[in-house]
Amino acid sequence: MSSLVLSPRSKTHTVRTTAIPGFGLTLGYTIVYLSLLVLIPLAGVFFKAAGLGFEGFWHVVSSPRVLAALKLSFGAALIGASINAVFGTLVAWVFVRYEFPGKRFFDAIIDLPFALPTAVAGIALTALYAGNGWIGQYLEPLGIKIAYTPLGVIVACTFIGLPFVVRTVQPVLQDAEKELEEAAASLGADRWQTITRVILPTVLPAVLTGFALAFARAVGEYGSIIFIAGNLPMVSEIAPLLIIIKLEEFDYAGATAVASAMLILSFILLLLVNGLQVWARKRHGGSR
Amino acid sequence: MSTVFDTTLQDPPGLPPEFGQGPLMRRNAAVTEVPWVRWTLILAALLFLLGFLFLPLIAVFVEALRNGFAAYFAAITEPDAWSAIRLTLLTAAIAVPLNLVFGVSAAWAITKFDFRGKSFLITLIDLPFSVSPVVAGLIYILIFGAHGWAGPWLMDHGIKVAFAAPGIVLATIFVTFPFIARELIPLMQEQGTEYEQAALSLGASGWQTFWRVTLPNIRWGLLYGVLLCNARAMGEFGAVSVISGHIRGQTNTMPLHVEILYNEYQFSAAFAVASLLALLALLTLGLKAWLEWRHGEELSASRKH
Repeated sequence: MSSLVLSPRSKTHTVRTTAIPGFGLTLGYTIVYLSLLVLIPLAGVFFKAAGLGFEGFWHVVSSPRVLAALKLSFGAALIGASINAVFGTLVAWVFVRYEFPGKRFFDAIIDLPFALPTAVAGIALTALYAGNGWIGQYLEPLGIKIAYTPLGVIVACTFIGLPFVVRTVQPVLQDAEKELEEAAASLGADRWQTITRVILPTVLPAVLTGFALAFARAVGEYGSIIFIAGNLPMVSEIAPLLIIIKLEEFDYAGATAVASAMLILSFILLLLVNGLQVWARKRHGGSR
Repeated sequence: MSTVFDTTLQDPPGLPPEFGQGPLMRRNAAVTEVPWVRWTLILAALLFLLGFLFLPLIAVFVEALRNGFAAYFAAITEPDAWSAIRLTLLTAAIAVPLNLVFGVSAAWAITKFDFRGKSFLITLIDLPFSVSPVVAGLIYILIFGAHGWAGPWLMDHGIKVAFAAPGIVLATIFVTFPFIARELIPLMQEQGTEYEQAALSLGASGWQTFWRVTLPNIRWGLLYGVLLCNARAMGEFGAVSVISGHIRGQTNTMPLHVEILYNEYQFSAAFAVASLLALLALLTLGLKAWLEWRHGEELSASRKH
């Protein structure tokens, strides 16, 4: 469908573009600026890590403290992104399909985690979920401790990734044709079947995209986590914090090793999610 | 749409009782949920948003004012807070315009011309979004730190980058790098090149075409990108924390000042400075909602509501 729309346009595009000036200037500037500020500095991380050799790299990465930190960062990010996949889809559904008072306000506030500085989010979440906090004081008698435990890391990961799923699923639901649901219903499907067989497959690729974005953001998150985590080595210490600790000890090589392990792991995971997305699109999505 | 069905269509009179609510109502019921399910879902969604978004926001202001207005104003007017505010404003004032020029330039090259490797270039521009802010700080320490590649040489020549304002600006540019380009690329893609072609064929120069034709067409999208870029630039914590060296009164931005106060158990002072940043976030969200509502047609498709 999209190729039908695009192909005639891109043909005229190529023919006409010759008249527009500034190609060399803008592309040249873009590439120089990108290289100087992003690509060369990032390559430096791998260059430095390569200086360690595989042995040295493995020695750093396989130490129990680093392994625990990586496990926590990736595990909490996965759980947070999963919570967001479920509740983000629910929120998007409620926003698109139902009317209720305050909808506009809540819709505008969804992007708060993008706009609120992470340090502010961190101390605010701690104020809420600490043992004497607004919410924490009701959970503590039940034996649930959130702040200063791995649970707190999950709470922060959920907060920071919240807008991604909502904002990727919302437009897809908006465009989804209600006629399809009516057709399913008129063919005898009950509401549950319509939701699981018609609506869910349509939004699944968008949910996965949002999940991947939320996960990527949460893995590297630092500011909102360190206040609520308590930062106990081996228990609630995240990988980015470990990088900072190693830097403060002037262990540049160690810090770089942890950083490259993080970059490689999230790259592999994003590739996996990408593959999953392609699969979901092929299996259910059709033109989407 | 369902409400239209509910109000305008009615069952024909004298319908046999086995039809229950009537065929039209039943058909409608098949594409929406019964009220109790609907309200349960709404309640669940709102409770989730309440616990994770709304209450944290309220908490910032309540905690900030816990010791009264006098303490609040004292916290945000003390010299260290002021120097943090100044450095934050200065950082954003440098980083945002630089990324603005880059964003416009990148969007122009990508959307007005066809060349090989375009989608790869877009992926590279997005790269800083998938790098941890801490790693963003680390890469500049590796280059400009005291044991870095360029650090010692620069220091010999009296230039300090790491643990000084230039490093903070660099790290901020890195984390806010894609914002404006990302906003402009889909928008300019949708707009095509027809207007520019027309202006050029009527004899306008390249710069005239840009200033008089392209810029007015993309101004709201540009403002949208600047808004998001600025919010992140002023609020960045991880990257700046790595490279700043936390020198109080000198290399402290507002988020770092919040951290220092918090770690010194000056909670209400920390929340007072944090409340300024929260106000900035609210202002950003308000302007953003206004742009989507008032100028939605002039934003890229993904932003129209």
